[in-house]
Amino acid sequence: MTVAVRFDEVQVGTELPARSFPVTRATLVQYAGASGDFNPIHWNEKFALEVGLPDVIAHGMFTMAEAVRVVTDWVGDPAAVVEYGVRFTKPVVVPNDGVGATIEVAAKVAALLEDNRVRVDIVATSAGQKVLGMARAVVRLS
Amino acid sequence: MPLDPSFIGRTYPPTEPYEVGREKIREFAVAIGDANPAYVDQEAAKALGHPDVIAPLTFPFMLSFRAAAQVVEDPELGLDYSRVVHGDQKFVYTRPVRAGDRLSVTISIDAIKSLAGNEVLTIRGEVGDVSGEHVVTSIMTLVARAAEAGGE
Repeated sequence: MTVAVRFDEVQVGTELPARSFPVTRATLVQYAGASGDFNPIHWNEKFALEVGLPDVIAHGMFTMAEAVRVVTDWVGDPAAVVEYGVRFTKPVVVPNDGVGATIEVAAKVAALLEDNRVRVDIVATSAGQKVLGMARAVVRLS
Repeated sequence: MPLDPSFIGRTYPPTEPYEVGREKIREFAVAIGDANPAYVDQEAAKALGHPDVIAPLTFPFMLSFRAAAQVVEDPELGLDYSRVVHGDQKFVYTRPVRAGDRLSVTISIDAIKSLAGNEVLTIRGEVGDVSGEHVVTSIMTLVARAAEAGGE
């Protein structure tokens, strides 16, 4: 495993480069196909409204996949992430306007652990609301 | 109706092996818009010390969720899936998923709780290669909501 970030270069509070990720209806259709999750709340507006949602929403697992890209881009080797967990707190609402939604992701080192590992805390928001809670990754640095 | 707590600790038979293909990994990486070369370029993956391309971190959810159908659809447990949302998700890795892996999932029920009228079900999937090597543990919490909608 080759990791671009050295353990002795980081400290608690070190910020990772923030990113924003676009998500449109087309993105969700593509993710549904690749993941096999065809729940209609992710592509059928009529169905989403009937079950009480404000509109079509992104797959939670899509949002989870986007959020950790901030960490894997930082370290280079995705295998450096040995633990990753999130709570799904709010849905990412994806309007059918050709623009869709944006997932904003920031992350920083929250704790230094043994064996050159660090805990990174991730904040993901969309339309000004936090969409993931307790989003944390444990990363092994070089 | 509350879920039967006697299901806590129950383990289901391992799933039939799923063979991880390079093109499936590529399709998944494209779908999440992630251009990390470790997912698509064997030479880039080898330069990082991997024997073949590796899969994105959330890739194994496909397998663990499919395997969890044994619980979700278990008529004896009686979960009302129309009220279920994905509450949280965690992966704990021993090593990355690689192209060529033949992965089997063993599902267990770790917890059943009632919280504010919601039924909370924690399902653990141990994902291992058929050679016996542990790859990743996938822990998901499903929440069967009492009334209100929302979340995912």
